[in-house]
Amino acid sequence: MYLALWRVLPGPLWLRILLALLLLVGALYALATWVFPWVDTLVNNQEATVGSP
Amino acid sequence: MIGVLGELLITAGVLVMLFLGWQLWWNDAIMANEQSDAASEISQDWIEQDRLAQAELEASATAEPEETAETPGATDYGDPIVAAAPGNATAFAVLYVPRFGAEYHRTVAEGTGHDVLNSTRLGIGHYPDTQMPGEVGNFAVAAHRSAYGGGMHLINELQLGDAIYVQTADGYYTYRYRDMEYVDPSVVGVIAPVPNAPDAAAVDRIITLTSCNPLYSTAERIIAYGVFESWQPTSAGAPADLAPIIAAQAAG
Repeated sequence: MYLALWRVLPGPLWLRILLALLLLVGALYALATWVFPWVDTLVNNQEATVGSP
Repeated sequence: MIGVLGELLITAGVLVMLFLGWQLWWNDAIMANEQSDAASEISQDWIEQDRLAQAELEASATAEPEETAETPGATDYGDPIVAAAPGNATAFAVLYVPRFGAEYHRTVAEGTGHDVLNSTRLGIGHYPDTQMPGEVGNFAVAAHRSAYGGGMHLINELQLGDAIYVQTADGYYTYRYRDMEYVDPSVVGVIAPVPNAPDAAAVDRIITLTSCNPLYSTAERIIAYGVFESWQPTSAGAPADLAPIIAAQAAG
Protein backbone atom coordinates (compact mmCIF):
# COMPACT_ATOMS: atom_id res chain seq x y z
CA MET A 1 0.00 0.00 0.00
CA TYR A 2 2.65 2.49 1.07
CA LEU A 3 5.00 1.07 -1.56
CA ALA A 4 2.38 1.78 -4.27
CA LEU A 5 2.02 5.32 -2.92
CA TRP A 6 5.77 5.80 -3.10
CA ARG A 7 5.79 4.63 -6.72
CA VAL A 8 3.03 7.07 -7.64
CA LEU A 9 5.07 10.03 -6.37
CA PRO A 10 6.79 11.77 -9.30
CA GLY A 11 10.21 13.29 -9.71
CA PRO A 12 13.68 12.57 -8.36
CA LEU A 13 14.34 11.06 -4.94
CA TRP A 14 14.57 14.37 -3.01
CA LEU A 15 11.23 15.55 -4.42
CA ARG A 16 9.59 12.25 -3.55
CA ILE A 17 10.88 12.45 0.02
CA LEU A 18 9.60 16.01 0.26
CA LEU A 19 6.19 15.05 -1.10
CA ALA A 20 5.96 12.04 1.22
CA LEU A 21 6.75 14.30 4.20
CA LEU A 22 4.15 16.84 3.05
CA LEU A 23 1.54 14.08 2.81
CA LEU A 24 2.45 12.90 6.30
CA VAL A 25 2.20 16.40 7.78
CA GLY A 26 -1.11 16.94 5.99
CA ALA A 27 -2.47 13.68 7.36
CA LEU A 28 -1.38 14.55 10.91
CA TYR A 29 -2.93 18.01 10.63
CA ALA A 30 -6.23 16.56 9.41
CA LEU A 31 -6.19 14.02 12.25
CA ALA A 32 -5.50 16.59 14.98
CA THR A 33 -7.92 19.16 13.59
CA TRP A 34 -10.94 17.11 12.56
CA VAL A 35 -10.63 13.39 13.18
CA PHE A 36 -9.38 13.25 16.78
CA PRO A 37 -11.80 15.88 18.18
CA TRP A 38 -14.61 13.92 16.57
CA VAL A 39 -13.40 10.56 17.90
CA ASP A 40 -13.04 12.23 21.29
CA THR A 41 -16.78 12.86 21.45
CA LEU A 42 -17.46 9.18 20.79
CA VAL A 43 -15.08 7.55 23.24
CA ASN A 44 -15.56 8.10 26.93
CA ASN A 45 -12.33 6.96 28.48
CA GLN A 46 -11.89 9.77 30.99
CA GLU A 47 -14.25 10.13 33.94
CA ALA A 48 -13.51 12.16 37.02
CA THR A 49 -16.71 12.23 39.02
CA VAL A 50 -18.06 10.01 41.75
CA GLY A 51 -21.45 8.43 41.38
CA SER A 52 -21.68 8.71 37.60
CA PRO A 53 -22.62 5.46 35.90
CA MET B 1 -2.43 -9.01 -0.17
CA ILE B 2 -1.08 -10.07 3.21
CA GLY B 3 1.32 -7.15 2.99
CA VAL B 4 -1.51 -4.67 2.55
CA LEU B 5 -3.42 -6.14 5.49
CA GLY B 6 -0.30 -5.90 7.64
CA GLU B 7 0.21 -2.27 6.67
CA LEU B 8 -3.42 -1.48 7.47
CA LEU B 9 -3.13 -3.09 10.91
CA ILE B 10 0.07 -1.25 11.66
CA THR B 11 -1.56 1.99 10.51
CA ALA B 12 -4.53 1.35 12.79
CA GLY B 13 -2.18 0.76 15.72
CA VAL B 14 -0.27 3.95 15.00
CA LEU B 15 -3.54 5.91 14.76
CA VAL B 16 -4.67 4.69 18.18
CA MET B 17 -1.35 5.69 19.73
CA LEU B 18 -1.51 9.06 17.96
CA PHE B 19 -5.01 9.64 19.28
CA LEU B 20 -3.95 8.88 22.85
CA GLY B 21 -0.95 11.15 22.48
CA TRP B 22 -3.18 13.87 21.12
CA GLN B 23 -5.77 13.44 23.86
CA LEU B 24 -3.42 13.12 26.83
CA TRP B 25 -0.76 15.68 25.94
CA TRP B 26 -1.31 17.79 22.84
CA ASN B 27 -4.98 18.65 23.28
CA ASP B 28 -4.53 18.56 27.05
CA ALA B 29 -1.94 21.34 26.91
CA ILE B 30 -4.03 23.42 24.50
CA MET B 31 -7.12 23.09 26.67
CA ALA B 32 -5.17 23.84 29.85
CA ASN B 33 -4.08 27.15 28.28
CA GLU B 34 -7.55 28.03 27.07
CA GLN B 35 -9.17 27.19 30.42
CA SER B 36 -6.54 29.19 32.26
CA ASP B 37 -7.04 32.25 30.04
CA ALA B 38 -10.81 32.02 30.40
CA ALA B 39 -10.48 31.86 34.19
CA SER B 40 -8.25 34.98 34.20
CA GLU B 41 -10.87 36.86 32.23
CA ILE B 42 -13.65 35.97 34.64
CA SER B 43 -11.55 36.78 37.67
CA GLN B 44 -10.51 40.17 36.28
CA ASP B 45 -14.11 40.97 35.38
CA TRP B 46 -15.23 40.42 38.95
CA ILE B 47 -12.48 42.60 40.33
CA GLU B 48 -13.27 45.35 37.83
CA GLN B 49 -17.01 45.19 38.53
CA ASP B 50 -16.33 45.44 42.24
CA ARG B 51 -13.99 48.40 41.70
CA LEU B 52 -16.70 50.21 39.74
CA ALA B 53 -19.31 49.41 42.40
CA GLN B 54 -17.01 50.70 45.15
CA ALA B 55 -16.28 53.88 43.21
CA GLU B 56 -19.99 54.47 42.81
CA LEU B 57 -20.55 53.94 46.52
CA GLU B 58 -17.83 56.41 47.42
CA ALA B 59 -19.16 59.00 44.98
CA SER B 60 -22.63 58.80 46.49
CA ALA B 61 -21.40 59.07 50.06
CA THR B 62 -18.86 61.87 49.90
CA ALA B 63 -19.90 63.60 53.10
CA GLU B 64 -19.72 60.46 55.19
CA PRO B 65 -16.15 60.08 56.41
CA GLU B 66 -14.84 56.59 55.82
CA GLU B 67 -14.11 54.51 58.85
CA THR B 68 -10.43 54.12 59.53
CA ALA B 69 -8.67 52.14 56.88
CA GLU B 70 -9.09 48.43 57.24
CA THR B 71 -5.93 46.54 57.90
CA PRO B 72 -5.93 43.51 55.69
CA GLY B 73 -5.81 40.23 57.53
CA ALA B 74 -6.84 41.75 60.85
CA THR B 75 -10.42 42.37 59.84
CA ASP B 76 -13.22 39.97 60.53
CA TYR B 77 -15.69 40.08 57.67
CA GLY B 78 -18.23 37.94 59.43
CA ASP B 79 -19.88 34.92 57.91
CA PRO B 80 -19.00 34.45 54.25
CA ILE B 81 -21.48 35.45 51.58
CA VAL B 82 -23.02 32.35 50.09
CA ALA B 83 -24.20 32.77 46.51
CA ALA B 84 -27.09 30.82 45.03
CA ALA B 85 -26.09 28.00 42.69
CA PRO B 86 -26.35 29.12 39.04
CA GLY B 87 -27.74 27.15 36.11
CA ASN B 88 -25.96 24.22 34.54
CA ALA B 89 -22.60 24.96 32.90
CA THR B 90 -22.60 28.52 34.25
CA ALA B 91 -19.27 29.72 35.63
CA PHE B 92 -19.41 31.06 39.19
CA ALA B 93 -15.96 30.65 40.74
CA VAL B 94 -12.26 30.49 40.00
CA LEU B 95 -10.11 27.95 41.82
CA TYR B 96 -6.48 28.64 42.75
CA VAL B 97 -4.21 25.94 44.14
CA PRO B 98 -0.63 27.23 44.39
CA ARG B 99 0.59 23.64 44.91
CA PHE B 100 -0.58 22.93 41.34
CA GLY B 101 1.67 25.75 40.12
CA ALA B 102 1.77 29.49 40.72
CA GLU B 103 -0.01 30.01 37.43
CA TYR B 104 -2.76 27.54 38.20
CA HIS B 105 -6.29 28.88 38.08
CA ARG B 106 -9.42 27.30 36.63
CA THR B 107 -13.05 28.19 36.25
CA VAL B 108 -15.60 26.36 38.36
CA ALA B 109 -19.01 25.93 36.74
CA GLU B 110 -22.22 24.28 37.82
CA GLY B 111 -22.63 20.61 36.92
CA THR B 112 -20.19 17.78 36.34
CA GLY B 113 -21.19 16.76 32.81
CA HIS B 114 -18.93 16.76 29.79
CA ASP B 115 -20.25 20.20 28.89
CA VAL B 116 -18.31 21.49 31.91
CA LEU B 117 -15.37 19.13 32.45
CA ASN B 118 -14.47 18.82 28.76
CA SER B 119 -15.06 22.49 27.97
CA THR B 120 -12.31 24.77 26.71
CA ARG B 121 -13.61 27.64 28.87
CA LEU B 122 -14.66 25.85 32.07
CA GLY B 123 -12.94 22.71 33.31
CA ILE B 124 -13.98 22.24 36.93
CA GLY B 125 -17.50 21.09 37.73
CA HIS B 126 -19.47 21.68 40.92
CA TYR B 127 -21.61 18.74 42.03
CA PRO B 128 -25.11 20.29 41.78
CA ASP B 129 -26.50 19.00 45.07
CA THR B 130 -23.53 20.01 47.16
CA GLN B 131 -23.02 23.34 48.92
CA MET B 132 -21.59 26.56 47.52
CA PRO B 133 -18.28 28.24 48.49
CA GLY B 134 -18.33 29.41 52.09
CA GLU B 135 -21.51 27.53 52.91
CA VAL B 136 -21.68 25.17 55.88
CA GLY B 137 -21.39 21.71 54.37
CA ASN B 138 -19.40 20.49 51.41
CA PHE B 139 -18.39 22.48 48.35
CA ALA B 140 -17.59 19.52 46.09
CA VAL B 141 -16.01 19.81 42.65
CA ALA B 142 -14.64 17.45 40.02
CA ALA B 143 -12.03 17.82 37.29
CA HIS B 144 -10.04 15.61 34.99
CA ARG B 145 -6.74 14.24 36.23
CA SER B 146 -5.38 13.97 32.70
CA ALA B 147 -6.62 15.12 29.28
CA TYR B 148 -9.08 18.00 28.70
CA GLY B 149 -6.81 20.44 30.49
CA GLY B 150 -6.12 18.08 33.39
CA GLY B 151 -7.52 20.39 36.05
CA MET B 152 -6.44 18.11 38.89
CA HIS B 153 -3.30 16.63 37.38
CA LEU B 154 -1.23 17.23 40.53
CA ILE B 155 -3.94 16.54 43.11
CA ASN B 156 -1.82 13.78 44.66
CA GLU B 157 0.88 16.32 45.55
CA LEU B 158 -1.22 18.36 47.98
CA GLN B 159 0.30 18.64 51.42
CA LEU B 160 -1.28 19.34 54.79
CA GLY B 161 -2.11 23.03 55.10
CA ASP B 162 -1.83 23.85 51.39
CA ALA B 163 -4.03 26.77 50.41
CA ILE B 164 -7.02 26.19 48.17
CA TYR B 165 -8.51 29.55 47.15
CA VAL B 166 -11.94 29.99 45.67
CA GLN B 167 -12.73 33.37 44.14
CA THR B 168 -16.29 34.35 43.31
CA ALA B 169 -18.01 37.59 42.37
CA ASP B 170 -18.45 38.17 46.11
CA GLY B 171 -14.95 37.56 47.38
CA TYR B 172 -12.19 35.13 48.27
CA TYR B 173 -12.68 31.94 50.26
CA THR B 174 -9.57 30.32 51.70
CA TYR B 175 -9.56 26.61 52.41
CA ARG B 176 -6.67 24.56 53.76
CA TYR B 177 -6.00 21.09 52.43
CA ARG B 178 -6.39 18.47 55.14
CA ASP B 179 -6.47 14.92 53.85
CA MET B 180 -6.89 12.58 50.95
CA GLU B 181 -8.55 9.27 50.30
CA TYR B 182 -8.93 6.84 47.44
CA VAL B 183 -12.35 5.38 46.76
CA ASP B 184 -14.35 3.35 44.30
CA PRO B 185 -16.10 5.54 41.68
CA SER B 186 -19.48 4.61 43.15
CA VAL B 187 -18.77 6.11 46.59
CA VAL B 188 -20.95 9.23 46.59
CA GLY B 189 -20.58 9.65 50.36
CA VAL B 190 -17.42 11.69 49.78
CA ILE B 191 -19.47 14.64 48.54
CA ALA B 192 -22.03 14.53 51.38
CA PRO B 193 -22.27 17.67 53.59
CA VAL B 194 -20.25 15.73 56.14
CA PRO B 195 -18.08 13.50 53.94
CA ASN B 196 -18.77 9.80 54.44
CA ALA B 197 -21.49 10.53 57.01
CA PRO B 198 -24.58 11.20 54.87
CA ASP B 199 -26.94 11.46 57.86
CA ALA B 200 -24.85 13.79 59.98
CA ALA B 201 -25.73 17.48 60.27
CA ALA B 202 -23.02 19.72 58.81
CA VAL B 203 -21.12 22.07 61.11
CA ASP B 204 -17.91 22.64 59.16
CA ARG B 205 -17.28 24.22 55.80
CA ILE B 206 -15.49 21.66 53.64
CA ILE B 207 -14.15 21.71 50.11
CA THR B 208 -13.86 18.39 48.27
CA LEU B 209 -11.87 17.91 45.09
CA THR B 210 -12.48 14.70 43.18
CA SER B 211 -10.55 13.31 40.23
CA CYS B 212 -9.37 10.07 38.67
CA ASN B 213 -6.86 7.67 40.06
CA PRO B 214 -4.42 6.26 39.12
CA LEU B 215 -3.08 8.78 36.65
CA TYR B 216 -4.27 7.93 33.10
CA SER B 217 -6.80 5.48 34.51
CA THR B 218 -10.35 5.76 35.77
CA ALA B 219 -10.34 2.70 38.00
CA GLU B 220 -10.54 4.68 41.25
CA ARG B 221 -11.25 8.20 42.42
CA ILE B 222 -8.84 10.35 44.38
CA ILE B 223 -10.56 12.62 46.88
CA ALA B 224 -8.90 15.63 48.52
CA TYR B 225 -10.55 17.46 51.41
CA GLY B 226 -9.93 20.98 52.62
CA VAL B 227 -11.33 22.94 55.54
CA PHE B 228 -12.58 26.50 55.38
CA GLU B 229 -10.26 29.01 56.99
CA SER B 230 -11.35 32.55 56.15
CA TRP B 231 -13.26 34.76 53.83
CA GLN B 232 -12.88 38.32 52.57
CA PRO B 233 -14.96 40.39 50.18
CA THR B 234 -13.61 41.42 46.77
CA SER B 235 -13.25 45.02 47.96
CA ALA B 236 -10.79 43.90 50.64
CA GLY B 237 -8.49 42.50 47.97
CA ALA B 238 -7.11 39.01 47.65
CA PRO B 239 -5.46 37.18 50.55
CA ALA B 240 -1.76 38.09 50.81
CA ASP B 241 -0.48 34.88 49.25
CA LEU B 242 -3.00 35.00 46.43
CA ALA B 243 -2.60 38.69 45.55
CA PRO B 244 0.57 38.29 43.43
CA ILE B 245 -1.06 35.48 41.45
CA ILE B 246 -4.06 37.69 40.71
CA ALA B 247 -1.79 40.60 39.82
CA ALA B 248 0.10 38.37 37.40
CA GLN B 249 -3.22 37.47 35.79
CA ALA B 250 -4.05 41.11 35.23
CA ALA B 251 -0.69 41.68 33.60
CA GLY B 252 -0.79 38.75 31.27
